Amino acid sequence: MSPRLPNDMSATTATIAPAARRAGLARRLAAKPTAALAILVLAGLIAAILAAPLLTHASPLKIDPAHRLLSPRTGHLMGTDHLGRDMLAIVLYGGRTSLIVGFFVTAIAMSVAIALGLLSGFYRRIDAVLMRIVDGLMAFPGIVLATAAAGYIGPSVTTVVLALSLVLIAPALRVVRGQTLIVRELPMIEAARAVGLRETHILTRYILPAVLSPILIQASFVFSAAVLGEAALSFIGLGVGAKDVSWGGALAEARDYIQNGWWIVVFPGAALVLTILSLNLLGDSLRDALDPKLAGRRA
Amino acid sequence: MNALATILEVRGLSVSLPIGGKLTPVVTDMNLSIARGEAVALVGESGCGKSMTARAIIGLPPPGAEIAGSIVLKGQELTQLTPSERRRIGGREIGFIFQEPMTSLHPTLSIGAQMTDGLRYHLGLSRTAALERARELLDRVGIPRGRDILAGHAHQLSGGMRQRVVIAMAIACGPSLVIADEPTTALDVTIQAQVLDLLARMREELGLAMLYITHDLEVVADFCDRAIVMYAGDRVEDGQPEQCLTRPRHPYTSGLVAAIPRMGGTSARLSPIPGQVPPVGAWPAGCRFAPRCAIADEICATRPVFDAGVRCWRPLASPAP
Repeated sequence: MSPRLPNDMSATTATIAPAARRAGLARRLAAKPTAALAILVLAGLIAAILAAPLLTHASPLKIDPAHRLLSPRTGHLMGTDHLGRDMLAIVLYGGRTSLIVGFFVTAIAMSVAIALGLLSGFYRRIDAVLMRIVDGLMAFPGIVLATAAAGYIGPSVTTVVLALSLVLIAPALRVVRGQTLIVRELPMIEAARAVGLRETHILTRYILPAVLSPILIQASFVFSAAVLGEAALSFIGLGVGAKDVSWGGALAEARDYIQNGWWIVVFPGAALVLTILSLNLLGDSLRDALDPKLAGRRA
Repeated sequence: MNALATILEVRGLSVSLPIGGKLTPVVTDMNLSIARGEAVALVGESGCGKSMTARAIIGLPPPGAEIAGSIVLKGQELTQLTPSERRRIGGREIGFIFQEPMTSLHPTLSIGAQMTDGLRYHLGLSRTAALERARELLDRVGIPRGRDILAGHAHQLSGGMRQRVVIAMAIACGPSLVIADEPTTALDVTIQAQVLDLLARMREELGLAMLYITHDLEVVADFCDRAIVMYAGDRVEDGQPEQCLTRPRHPYTSGLVAAIPRMGGTSARLSPIPGQVPPVGAWPAGCRFAPRCAIADEICATRPVFDAGVRCWRPLASPAP
C-alpha cells in the first residue's frame, strides 16, 4: 500500500484550518469589549504619564501657598492641593512612580518566581526545601512583610520595589510550580526524556514554554498588586518618600482636606482605581484568551 | 538465532513499584530477546505489565521503581549504567514510539525543533545539518514537503501525520531497537494500517529490532515474528503469533483469542474470560490465572514454571511439530 496519497490530503486540510485559527493573541484580546477597553485605558494612562512634561508645565513639587485648594479650572485642570501644588502634575508624575514600581517589581518577582518555580516543580528535593520557605513567607501578611522591609531599609523607590518583590514572589512561585508539576507528567515530557535529552534542557526548552501562559496572566496580576502595594505603602508613609510623588502619598496627604476639596482625593484615587481595574480586567481576558477550552465559549 | 545478531536480551527482569508505601511487584521474571530485524510483540490486557517492561528497558521507570535482572543491549548491560550514560545510550540506541501522537509532541515547539534536539545532542550535528537530516527522515516516513512541516507545529498535523513524525523521531539517531507502545491505538483503522506498514518497512530497511506492545492479537499475527503474552506481570506464553492465534497453549491466550470479535462467526456472542485481572499486589500465589481458568486444578495452587514456551501446568495443545 502506498501511504503517500491519503496523507497528502490530510496534510493539506490540516495545515489550512489552524492558519485561520492563528489569529494572534492581540487580535483575540481586542475582540473582547472588556479587554479592548482595558487596553485602551492602560494605553491612554501610560501615554499620558510618559508625556507628562508635554501635558503640564507645572512641577508636582512646586509649593504655591497663594493658590492652595483651587478647584479644577483653566490653568489647573485638576485643581491644586493644600500646598498649592498642581494636581494634574501630581497625578501624572505619581503615575510615573506607579509604573516604575510596577515594572520593576513584576520583572524581579516574576524572574525569581519563574526560575525557582520551575526548579521546585521539577526537582522534588529542591521542592521540599523551597516550599517550606514559601509557606513561611505566605504565612506573613504581605503588608506587614513589606512594612518591615521598608522600615528596615528606609523609604525610597528601591525599598518599595524590593519589599513588594519579596511579598509577591511567593504566590507567583506557587503558580509556576503548580503548572510545572502538571506539565512534568505529560507524555510530551516523557517523550523528550525517551529521546535522552538532558534534564536542564527539558526544563528550559520543553517545560518553560508550556507554562508561559499562566506566567503571563500572573505577571499582569503581580503588576497590579505592585501598583496597589506601592500606593498602600506610600499611604502609610513607608513608600517612596517625600521627594517622589505617588498616588498613595497624594491620597494620604489629601485625607485631612477632603471637606475642602474633593478633587485632591478623587483624581489620584480615580487614576489608581482605573489602573488596577484595567490591569485586572486585562489579566482576566488574557486568561480566557490563552485557555483554548474557553476560546469559543466566551466571545 | 544467531547470538551476534541479538540486539536486546532481557533476563529475569522484575519491576516493583511503591504502591501504598509498599514495594509491590508489577513485572516478575521477564525474559525476552530480540534479534536484528526481528519484531517481538508484547501482548496483554492493560495493567499486565507490558508498558512497565518497556519503561524498564528504556530506563524511564516511574519514580521509586525498583528494577532487578539484566537488560543487555548489543552486549552492554544497561542496568549497570549511570543515569547520564543510560540517557546517551537510550536516546541514541533505542527509539520509542508512544501511544498517543496527540500528546507526545510538544504543542508550542516547532516540529523541527523537536526533531533536531535529539540529533544535535546525540550526533552533535549543527542546527542546519540536523534540520536537513530531519527533512530526510520525514521524507523517509512518507511526509513530503518536509520543510513546511518542520516549521509548523503539532496541532497543524493530522493524527497519522503526527505518528509519522514520532516514528521519524524514533529512528532519527539510527537506533538498533525501536519500542512501540500501542502506536496505532489512537488512530483510525485506515491510518493504523498505514502506520503498521510504515513500521514494517522501517524495520526491513534499517534492520531494526522491534518491540511492539499491543493488546491486539490480530495485528501481532501480520506484523510480528514472535509474540509474548503477558498476564499479571508474568510471561505466560511465548511463541509464533500464528500458533498463539490458532493453537494457543496457555488457557489465557486461548481466552484472549476466543474474545476476538469475528465477522460472520458462528457464535452470536463473544466469549469473554470470566472474572477480572487481579490487581497488582493481590496476585494469587500459584498460577496467577488459576482463579479465572476453566481447567485449573490443585496443582495450579503452585506457581508453574515457564517451560516449552508456556507457563502452565496444563497446557492446551502441543506446539506445531
